[in-house]
Amino acid sequence: MSRARKILGRGGLYTIVGGFALFGAFPFYWMVIATFKRDHDLFNPVANPFLFNEPPTLDHLRLLLFDTHFVTYVLNTLWVGLAVVAITLAVAVPAAYSLARWAKGWGETLGIGIFLTYLVPPTILFIPLSRFASALGLQESLWSLILIYPTFTIPFCTWLLMGFFKTIPKDIEEQAMIDGHSRLGAMFWVVLPLGISGLLTVVVFAFTLSMHEFIYALTFISVSAKKTVSIGVPTELVRGDVFQWGPLMAGALIASIPVAVVYTFFLDRFIAGFTMGAVK
Amino acid sequence: MRRNGKAGIAEPGPKPGIQDHSGQLALCMIAPAILYIAALIGFSFVMAILYSLSDVTTGDPTLRIVGFQNFGAILDNSVFRLALKNTFFFAFTSQILVILLSRIVATALMKEFRGKWLARFLIMLPWTAPISLGTIGWLWMFDSIFSPFDWILRYAGLLGSPDALLGSMQNLFWLGVPGLAMASVIIVHVWRLLPLATVIQLAGLSSIPRDLLEAAEVDGASPWRRTLEITIPLTLPIVSIAFLFGLVFTFTDMTVVYVMTRGGPVHSTQVLSTWTFFKGIEGGDLAQGAAISLFLFPVLAGIAILMLRMVRKSEVV
Repeated sequence: MSRARKILGRGGLYTIVGGFALFGAFPFYWMVIATFKRDHDLFNPVANPFLFNEPPTLDHLRLLLFDTHFVTYVLNTLWVGLAVVAITLAVAVPAAYSLARWAKGWGETLGIGIFLTYLVPPTILFIPLSRFASALGLQESLWSLILIYPTFTIPFCTWLLMGFFKTIPKDIEEQAMIDGHSRLGAMFWVVLPLGISGLLTVVVFAFTLSMHEFIYALTFISVSAKKTVSIGVPTELVRGDVFQWGPLMAGALIASIPVAVVYTFFLDRFIAGFTMGAVK
Repeated sequence: MRRNGKAGIAEPGPKPGIQDHSGQLALCMIAPAILYIAALIGFSFVMAILYSLSDVTTGDPTLRIVGFQNFGAILDNSVFRLALKNTFFFAFTSQILVILLSRIVATALMKEFRGKWLARFLIMLPWTAPISLGTIGWLWMFDSIFSPFDWILRYAGLLGSPDALLGSMQNLFWLGVPGLAMASVIIVHVWRLLPLATVIQLAGLSSIPRDLLEAAEVDGASPWRRTLEITIPLTLPIVSIAFLFGLVFTFTDMTVVYVMTRGGPVHSTQVLSTWTFFKGIEGGDLAQGAAISLFLFPVLAGIAILMLRMVRKSEVV
């Protein structure tokens, strides 16, 4: 009886988990299918759409890589992402260190500050910022994105790093200072190497957040060769009114999966930082 | 903090350099972050308010304050009223679904089973992959002719034959019919936000002390009673935070709607964020665009106040 119930319970568990895993992953499976299907097979409303009814092909991939700006989008995304990571680290590391070591009321104030930035999301800011970018002569330039993306990476990463620095005991840097390091030297040579996992987390998040971003990129950039992956694929891989579904799906797939894999390793830390420590 | 300067210097402190300058150093280190945020977010927010009170357009960017007439004009527009209604409907519907489903997923993921890491990776995919690209996948799945959902329905005999339940047409036209288009957008948002809510719920569930549940079980409390009287009350603060975060995301997101339907058919999926974009950027009426976007602000302010309260409360518990 109880054994039967146990088996039934297991079955139910696998059904639920399997069902949700399918829900989560199905669009990506669908991209894989479309990427490698021949057009004749892809645009056949009768044949089973879940299987390859004709042998798979690399035509869509070839078209994507050689006949579209896709590679440029990837390079643009990398460039913007790396530049945003650099700015975020340069600004957020000292701020977080300072808050972790000297904050008394400040930590609280910063928490409220982060809430205030949630209150003023890109949907409210993109109109004034688009004027601001064109006033600086940055319209149609990747520099506009590099300038503006840190507005959402800095608050978040400062908060995240502050948590990491707090876990490093003060004694270690006091010892380093007795040994002749200055305060900054102690931070640079002793604290940062210990907080390397925190720094790595911040690098991953600043990069993925800027790669995921859509509204600012859509507003500021309309020249095809300057687009990032997140806007280039949905807006440019359409010729006239014709959706090139094969290459389109290939592009979405190639750009999604690597970043998803890396992100997954850091997801728990992301959530912890995201909910401001309310969730432990 | 007023101290006699000379006495301060004369005092032979053990580490004078550190104690005396750390305040300034702290300020110097945090200043760039604050300036960056204040300059770009603070300044832009003020500009958004000024724009909304002016008649600025992309063609004529001089700022002339005209008072509240933009807000009047917006409220008179039936598309705006529809977008406002849609925003609320779609944010609340998708978030209620997300909370219910994420509780089911989280409960399942609390158990140990083989292949858990793979299941977790697949369940998290919608959150970790860039949203605009995931949405493109859905766009193809809701295609008017080649949708796999339509194929299954046809295969099951529910669609496409003269006496079929869902009609004799070969397709449902997911994104071409108002109700279905809204449903499609909601499905994509549920898909997108389910992983975030699941992780938050997981944290909530694992924070419940084991002995509490075991003690209740020993005392003979049924699973239902344990859920109702222990699990739900104890995870309520965290669930509320997941819900409020989700609301902020759905209220302010325009990616899904923009990629899927551009607000169509006939504005049936138009939301405030897309309407802001179409009016303000594509239409060039910066003033009205800014005014539309500011309608989000009171809602977000309310949500933030609630969240702050929740965070405080959960710290007390």
